[in-house]
Amino acid sequence: MSNIGTGYDLSVTTFSPDGRVFQIEYAAKAVDNSGTVIGIKCKDGIVMGVEKLITSKMMLPGSNRRIHSVHRHSGMAVAGLAADGRQIVARAKSEATSYEKTYGEPIPIKELAERVASYVHLCTLYWWLRPFGCGVILGGYDRDGPQLYMVEPSGVSYRYFGAAIGKGRQAAKTEIEKLKLSEMTCREGVIEVAKIIYGVHDEAKDKAFELELSWVCDESNRLHQKVPEDLLEQAKTAAKAALEEMDAD
Amino acid sequence: MDLNFNAPHSMGTTIVGVTYNGGVVLGADSRTSTGVYVANRASDKITQLTDNVYVCRSGSAADSQIVSDYVRYFLHQHTIQLGQPATVKVAANLIRLLSYSNKNMLETGLIVGGWDKYVGGKIYSVPLGGTILEQPFAIGGSGSAYLYGFFDQAWKEGMTKDEAEKLVVKAVSLAIARDGASGGVVRTVIIDSEGVTRNFYPGETHPLWHEELEPTTSLLDILSAPEPMNT
Repeated sequence: MSNIGTGYDLSVTTFSPDGRVFQIEYAAKAVDNSGTVIGIKCKDGIVMGVEKLITSKMMLPGSNRRIHSVHRHSGMAVAGLAADGRQIVARAKSEATSYEKTYGEPIPIKELAERVASYVHLCTLYWWLRPFGCGVILGGYDRDGPQLYMVEPSGVSYRYFGAAIGKGRQAAKTEIEKLKLSEMTCREGVIEVAKIIYGVHDEAKDKAFELELSWVCDESNRLHQKVPEDLLEQAKTAAKAALEEMDAD
Repeated sequence: MDLNFNAPHSMGTTIVGVTYNGGVVLGADSRTSTGVYVANRASDKITQLTDNVYVCRSGSAADSQIVSDYVRYFLHQHTIQLGQPATVKVAANLIRLLSYSNKNMLETGLIVGGWDKYVGGKIYSVPLGGTILEQPFAIGGSGSAYLYGFFDQAWKEGMTKDEAEKLVVKAVSLAIARDGASGGVVRTVIIDSEGVTRNFYPGETHPLWHEELEPTTSLLDILSAPEPMNT
């Protein structure tokens, strides 16, 4: 944190002498401290999973959702400040509807990701705005097949086979790399995602968490949906079993 | 005679679009009239929108031109933005958007046809009010009134390219024979995965339909003809 006190870290419109914008890096820090969010591209679709940390035991399960639907065929998982994320989701939804109104067909995922990234980037360009304190994983299915994108607070976006952000991203990424994604169906992918989320969860630091899972795949008729309840339970059981097996070793 | 030569240019037209197994054939006559005066006897009413999408125009010449000019521009932008060719559906939807939101001012009906790699050959007709209709074949313009029964009888699912083009040329020539506001030549545009072919069928190549007179090359022939004018 050598930048603190140098006077170059309070404004998004001022570069530091070595060419960095510290406010954007701080925004990225907000994402790095959040619960882990991952997304994978299987052969028939996309699976997204979130480790939603529970801040209060009195909170109803299923509230404060971090995975949102953008339009029929795509969804977004948010890491970082949930409220900032909702702003991005709202923008993505309006971009998707306006595209469909003009052109009469659903927005391609690539185009959606570019538009969302432009919006996120816009907020890093003006002194009266603050960058978004969140990163999003955008998964969808269009005529060119399933696609997965990640947009960071700086406004960059890349297409991925597998993506992870948040606290456990490093561990999650190494786990994702071990998977044979091109041979895996989403039904199998859901189990793996659950295992990874349970695996990277730090029991010592954060006690409770809720697993949120969604998919867009052939099995869901290319619609973005919550993973069905029975499959979610199956995934949780498999994940817990895998954890216990690891502890036994 | 009370002729109004200041009437707006209008395309009392015959336009046709037909899908076949692998692509589409578009067809049109070539007459543009100013009231009763033929302002252009060899007009091209089949206009290019993108590499793979064309549109047949009918109604006011000015209106149909401005609509297709805007749509061509929008599609060009869209193609650059996406980095891939626009689909026929997108073209049809843009035409509908303009036709519907300006329905009080516009007097044009269009038939969009083209080929894209996702759904193949497609025909959409966008008539006066701004409806979109996806159809296996579509007919439009004043001449189409004479063609409904013909298409009910002659159109078949899964025609070959040749059959489809023959049908289109025959239909337009039939309408030219009956409809005073259609005339001149027949133009066709064939679009499929291979690309685009344009064809031209001059008036003298059209068959002589019921009660049609032999074409004459010179007015003098008509004057010197013994029957029936000089009797």
